[in-house]
Amino acid sequence: MFGGENFVTSKLNAAIGWARKYSIFQYPFVTACCGMEYMATACSHYDVDRFGAGLPRFSPRQADVLFVVGTISHKMAPVLKTIYDQMTEPKWVVAFGVCTCTGGFYDNYATVMGIDTIIPVDIYIPGCPPRPEYVLDGLMKLQEKIQLQHSGKPYPKAQMYHAGQSFSV
Amino acid sequence: MDTTTLTESIENQMIRKEMLLNVGPAHPAMHGIIRIVVGLEGEVVKSTEVEIGYLHRGFEKMSETVAYNGVFPYTDRLNYVSPLINNMGFAMAVEKLIGLQVPDRCHYIRVIMSEISRVSDHLTCIGASAMELGAFTVFLYMIKAREFLWELVEMVTGARLTVSYCRVGGVKADLPAGFEEMTRRRIAEVRKVIAECDKLLTRNRIFVDRMKGTGNISQAEAVSYGITGPFLRATGVNYDVRKNCPYAVYDRLDFDVPLGTEGDNLDRYYCRMEEMEQSLRIVEQCLRDIPGGAVAVDPETGRPMQTEDLHRMAASEMVDEAKMGKIYKVSGKEAVVDPTLEGTDKKVWKRISAGEKRVSLPPKEDTYGNIEGLMNHFKLVMFGHGIRPPRGEVYFPVEGANGELGFYVVSDGSENAYRVRVRPPCFTILAALPLLLNGDQVADIIPTFGSVNMIGGELDR
Amino acid sequence: MLDNPSLFDLLHQRFPAAILSTHAHRGDATVTIRSEYLLDVARFLRDEPGFRMNFLMDLTAVDYLTFGQKPPGRAAHFNAGVAVRPPAFIQDQIPWPGPATGARFEVVYHFYSLETGHRLRLKVPVEEDSPQVDSLTPVWASADWFEREVWDMFGIRFKGHPNLKRILMYEEFQGHPLRKDYPVNRRQPLIGPIN
Repeated sequence: MFGGENFVTSKLNAAIGWARKYSIFQYPFVTACCGMEYMATACSHYDVDRFGAGLPRFSPRQADVLFVVGTISHKMAPVLKTIYDQMTEPKWVVAFGVCTCTGGFYDNYATVMGIDTIIPVDIYIPGCPPRPEYVLDGLMKLQEKIQLQHSGKPYPKAQMYHAGQSFSV
Repeated sequence: MDTTTLTESIENQMIRKEMLLNVGPAHPAMHGIIRIVVGLEGEVVKSTEVEIGYLHRGFEKMSETVAYNGVFPYTDRLNYVSPLINNMGFAMAVEKLIGLQVPDRCHYIRVIMSEISRVSDHLTCIGASAMELGAFTVFLYMIKAREFLWELVEMVTGARLTVSYCRVGGVKADLPAGFEEMTRRRIAEVRKVIAECDKLLTRNRIFVDRMKGTGNISQAEAVSYGITGPFLRATGVNYDVRKNCPYAVYDRLDFDVPLGTEGDNLDRYYCRMEEMEQSLRIVEQCLRDIPGGAVAVDPETGRPMQTEDLHRMAASEMVDEAKMGKIYKVSGKEAVVDPTLEGTDKKVWKRISAGEKRVSLPPKEDTYGNIEGLMNHFKLVMFGHGIRPPRGEVYFPVEGANGELGFYVVSDGSENAYRVRVRPPCFTILAALPLLLNGDQVADIIPTFGSVNMIGGELDR
Repeated sequence: MLDNPSLFDLLHQRFPAAILSTHAHRGDATVTIRSEYLLDVARFLRDEPGFRMNFLMDLTAVDYLTFGQKPPGRAAHFNAGVAVRPPAFIQDQIPWPGPATGARFEVVYHFYSLETGHRLRLKVPVEEDSPQVDSLTPVWASADWFEREVWDMFGIRFKGHPNLKRILMYEEFQGHPLRKDYPVNRRQPLIGPIN
């Protein structure tokens, strides 16, 4: 009965995934312009709290999701890496804004061309800066990804996860 | 050794020993990109070292590689809370270099948009610094008000934050229909929010106690450090670029420059609160005085209804006439597209940009409607073409949200600027940060730093 | 309030040997001086009743290495742009004399006087082989960070600066990025690949 011997573990995993995706504690690593849209998303107009990600934690040790918001310069890169290393597993990284995804139009001596050259990225939210709706879409993609990781299904390539793009499993 | 002397000696040691405390760069109160190393004796800040540059994105180098109009997206991201003021500053610097006059309507539009930006900048500054002192409600309210203003900005420019609205010799597009009514409504809403926050903060014991008497700076020191803007005016020095070196149409507008007396955090808060009201006043006056408006177009024929626009012609007719070789009928006329193609109510291009074909892009109706418009467009946007101001150098200051925002542009006569330099207003304020913090308590770092309104893009460029 | 020519006269009388040239292109009063007189001129500008330049608004530098010799364009018709001449109503009696000859760098100071409302631009040519000028930190406090930035970006030393070190870039960075011979995208990452 209950479809085999793995029934309990798989259901438990799914429950953990469900709990995790709706209790995201984010660490906003805010550096630049995108921070303004991050603030707009977090505040009452767009209210990120509806998606269970309302509480920013300003300590990497208490956070699950690292929101890298804004351009990362070469001077900042070691700091970002340190913050990422300080976070405990399980952890996810969201690249917020095109500067963190690819470096954007700052193709020069000072900026890092995409934070995925330094740390792994789970969700890309391009846009300069992305609108709050777009950010919320990215957040929901992240939640889907978190759930999928816990349901034992093969999970799509990281490149498939970016806001505004639909995917099916 | 009896206990009292032991305690005393421990206390003495604790007091004398300087402790180094590193704040930032990834500290929420440092807005992400400043590192401050403070030497503490007990709770008192004795020495401060500020390190910046974590958001250096090479604005000045990038500006040398793109065409003049291509610099605007980069200027947006200098002070990203009030991008329209940066746009305006750079546009006016290049216009000064070329020696170009833009129409009054364009000036008014730029002034309206930059004052809206100034309000949103001050809202963000006060909201964020209040939040850092624990007043989270104020933050939510002020961001709500900022959202009202940004919807307005979006209505005009099509973007919320990084707008790139100005062009050399004009602005991208005219104000949309219904802008005036919408703005008046929004101004009323923003005033309501400001009044609410005023009630929450101005007589709030906790807020006042933490702001009053902290982060002091004297007039002479502020001037020597080159500090401008609300920060300088809070010390009582009356310097506002809009009044002292009026640009655009600020000399025709009636507004006051609020001044402080003490030069502490509380005065800076008062100055910013009052400046928002003055900015809203300016917007209202501009709405009243702005000349010209959209030209009404007959929805049946696509022809302008006003007689002054007899030199306009429907694009379809133009094409027909030109095909038959009747150039004399077409020459000197401007094309108007079919009203179903949108944009017909934006047919006031001449009033929002300098009528200089070598500088400002033609209206889209011309670009799509006739070959001259198309060529004009290509000559300005194609790679390696573009505006080529004469050789020279200019400095043009505007009043940014944090103070004097100056653009120093050197041209060598090619399509790229030879050198673009921004005089960043919060750079000078940050340079004075040791002066502001030393002698205060650790907890005072937060309100003082909040009142600096450090904007990373502008500070590090 | 004095007009530009009388401002120049005042300076000429006081420092006949220091002044290399003056111009007021587009209404911006500009004085180019020899670098050895910089501190004297600066003090004079601050204290002289006619000037009273109490704000050092901006301090920057320009690298004139490639001025007027545009590198070969990337587009086929790179020189086919539309050159703009100022319209007739702009009085252009004072043309721009161009950068100082023989010197690679120019350090540019912008002053503003709160009392008189004057703005003045001071330019100091700096040789390529020993880029060094006097520091203005004893006269204006704002010179401190501005000079650090010029050192960082252009590699011009300021004699007498109390704390001349990099400000925007990191200490490990080699070279000075705003010099014209520094390629725009030569990266020197602290961690991660050079991309």
